[in-house]
Amino acid sequence: MNFIIEAKRPKPNMSNIIEANGPKPKHLTIGRIGLYCFILMCALFFLMPLYVMIITSLKDMDEIRSGNLLYIPKILSLYSWPKAWSEACTGFVCEGLRPGLINSLKITIPSVIVSVSLGALNGYALAFWRFKGAYFFFGLCLFGAFIPYQVMVYPLLKIESAIGIYSSLPGIILVHTIFGMPILTLIFRNFYASLPIDLFKAARIDGGNFLKIFFYVIIPMSTPITIVAIILQVTGIWNDFLLGLIFAGRDNQPMTVQLNNIVQVDFGVAEYNVDMAATILTSIVPLAVYFLSGRWFVRGIAAGAIKG
Amino acid sequence: MENSVEVKKLSFNYGKVEILKNLDLNIKDGEFMVLLGPSGCGKTTLLNCIAGLLDLDEGQIWIEKDNVTWKEPKDRHIGMVFQSYALYPSMTVEKNLSFGLRMTGVEKSKIKEKINKVSELLQIGGLLHRKPSQLSGGQRQRVAIGRALVRDAKVFLFDEPLSNLDAKLRAELRYEIKKLHRDLGNTMIYVTHDQIEAMTLADRIAVMKNGVIQQLDSPKKIYNKPSSLFVADFIGSPSMNFFSGTFLSENNSFSLNKTTFILNEYQFENKPNDMSEIIFGIRPEDIRLKKSSESMEFNIELIEPMGADTLIWLSLENIPFSVRLDVSSEYKLGDVINIEFDIKRASIFDKKSELRL
Repeated sequence: MNFIIEAKRPKPNMSNIIEANGPKPKHLTIGRIGLYCFILMCALFFLMPLYVMIITSLKDMDEIRSGNLLYIPKILSLYSWPKAWSEACTGFVCEGLRPGLINSLKITIPSVIVSVSLGALNGYALAFWRFKGAYFFFGLCLFGAFIPYQVMVYPLLKIESAIGIYSSLPGIILVHTIFGMPILTLIFRNFYASLPIDLFKAARIDGGNFLKIFFYVIIPMSTPITIVAIILQVTGIWNDFLLGLIFAGRDNQPMTVQLNNIVQVDFGVAEYNVDMAATILTSIVPLAVYFLSGRWFVRGIAAGAIKG
Repeated sequence: MENSVEVKKLSFNYGKVEILKNLDLNIKDGEFMVLLGPSGCGKTTLLNCIAGLLDLDEGQIWIEKDNVTWKEPKDRHIGMVFQSYALYPSMTVEKNLSFGLRMTGVEKSKIKEKINKVSELLQIGGLLHRKPSQLSGGQRQRVAIGRALVRDAKVFLFDEPLSNLDAKLRAELRYEIKKLHRDLGNTMIYVTHDQIEAMTLADRIAVMKNGVIQQLDSPKKIYNKPSSLFVADFIGSPSMNFFSGTFLSENNSFSLNKTTFILNEYQFENKPNDMSEIIFGIRPEDIRLKKSSESMEFNIELIEPMGADTLIWLSLENIPFSVRLDVSSEYKLGDVINIEFDIKRASIFDKKSELRL
């Protein structure tokens, strides 16, 4: 067999024969080229809106009105950015997005800390302390992760106004914590279920109780999954519009709500360049989170966030 | 001698599956008890019940004259070593060793003293500032043993501690564990599926199957006088040869189709009835090369050299069996040899009940 295959080949030039040795040489195959083309097209497709937003924010209104959406600006105009940041009108006040950023930070930071901590504790309890009904509770959590939250908005609103935290910072933080719980519990439980149970047993023999084992043994091992959870929560809470609009109250409206108020003008002229600048400003935090933590995100998923 | 650990009428179910059934086990003070059995026999479950890591369904556990059935693992005066080492990955060796002491609020100077003592005993002094991921398997298991020792436990529990190590390290650490037991004199309970570990380490072995202790005896007794067919088959490597046939009481003999052995030398515990079905078992080392009026002639069918000795395979009425010869014997395939069974060292079992006769 070998001989036949050998014979079909063009006769190799003696000086050209390379004996197979070391790593196999890599060749650019058609499949590879196709793959790169596909990736490039995907990247272009998703980058297009960002490109349009950035160049539009750098044009003045005359140039925007003349069409030519994809052209780079003839005259560079930096007018829109400071305006979006500190002068654009969000309803009756004209302070730009700056107060919204502060509000969003005030909502996001405590919500992320509280929800991720509780999610980790829940996941730990479900994975290691197999209390009676743990599986049922876990099932409920799974179920909860798939309920559209609009269903619960009205009841939650009634509850919050009954206990007097509706339309306040604690009110919106509580709402974000509640809605983050199912998915956070789920990913933490699955991560902890993939850790060797012997570690937990050893810690119990070594004298740890529920909280000591959690703090000294489990938390130090939770870095990858905690980062995944933080990314999920930061982007989720930052991008939230509906809950912020309903529960935060007029004084604590997050950036997304104020962005909407800038963009939805009922009178006057729509300033597209300001709108674009404001939109980019609003999306900077989630974008930064993804760029800075991409490596960790992949590692966390590989560490068992999804499986199980 | 007083009992250190007592397991009384213990039952454990996993869902609807009965893992342990009404099990009693007394372990004497300072005894090295090995729980031996195939996987799924409940030995690890039993150990976890003793450690308090599993809640049992019925029965009691007593450790050092104290009913610990409802007590937390940390209050049972035990130390445990796991197959997977279970070292805390985020802590250095030193922190791993001291974790239990720190949790119970022992003062720092005392912790240091104890760690020094244990690390000297196990020769892990040079590793104290490393993380578990920077240790080899053998070193990890040493540290895990050290972590159990630091706690001044009354009873040490080992859950297949050597199963993840290679053969050479296993032998090394086996020796260390045996030495530790000699020097410390603590009660130790050791779970394994490896019969060599069981034979070498144990004062007594409990052979388990399906959640029931089949035989509880010294290693010697278990090897030489197995109480059931299961024990006889499970213990010994290469394993015992079995022949199934009939007992003839008129001349006190065991009969296969064409062959008959006179069993006068065998000490029956219960004499079987005439014509009852029995199983005749004999270990490969209890078959001797000998040419006499009673010896039989065979052709060598297979040779397995094992270093210290050589195993040759013959067959009797189409049933293959092995004979252990010392390494100096130089036979070739097809050679004809004469052998004789050492009847007084054989084991005979009832075919139905599979119990020793």
